[in-house]
Amino acid sequence: MFRLTEAPIEIRAMRDTLSNPACGGFVSFEGRVRNHHQGSEVVKLEYEAYPKLAISEGNRILAALKQKYGLSGILCVHRTGELSVGEIAVWIGAIGVHRRECFAAVSEAMSLIKESVPIWKHEWYANGDDEWVRCSHEHEEAPADQVIRHGRPPSGPHPVATIMKEDGRRRY
Amino acid sequence: MIETSVGLDVTVEYFALFRSCARKSLEKIHLDESAPAALYDALRARYRFPLAKELVHLVVNDEYSPWDKALQPGDRVVFIPPVSGG
Repeated sequence: MFRLTEAPIEIRAMRDTLSNPACGGFVSFEGRVRNHHQGSEVVKLEYEAYPKLAISEGNRILAALKQKYGLSGILCVHRTGELSVGEIAVWIGAIGVHRRECFAAVSEAMSLIKESVPIWKHEWYANGDDEWVRCSHEHEEAPADQVIRHGRPPSGPHPVATIMKEDGRRRY
Repeated sequence: MIETSVGLDVTVEYFALFRSCARKSLEKIHLDESAPAALYDALRARYRFPLAKELVHLVVNDEYSPWDKALQPGDRVVFIPPVSGG
């Protein structure tokens, strides 16, 4: 299940929803707000979502991963609204019989969510600038299995949309 | 509201970068042609969207839609800039 919330994420409550005595593996990931981006000091950020599509797309991703890895359960909660440095922006948990499938599913879920769920990050910097950020997931994990991608946008992943300004920071 | 001659009425919703550029979240637009690319080009020129169409996904009535599928009267259209969740 994929959720959006404007309130701080209650980790304990999320963990408690993933419980099964037949499962020996539980893996979770917290994405936290960094205090820097591309060399600039981040003072705050805001996440904006297209709620209906974000939830349907997030649920499609999680359902596919649950089936692919034979999980007992997988859950993701993503914050919207204004966040401070250090706050949890996204939490993903997966429970399964063994650890390997849980690690793989959580990592793949994070990649796919960053790639195709309509949520946007707006950062404010100490120098007074602000920008809508383009995530650099193209530099991170290897692409997820094509099986998971069938419901994604018809034209595939977003190409990199960058204009490098004089300070070298990635911008639209 | 962008007025043209005859055609169809659609609603356009703006998110993130495009909302910032348009300075609004939603508007009704009367079109004289049904091609979504023509609508995007018109809005890009009007609001100075800094993204070429190739960098944007099209959503119609809350579902991703190909750019070559004609818009219908009453459609709700969203142009999706590159996402950055997580």
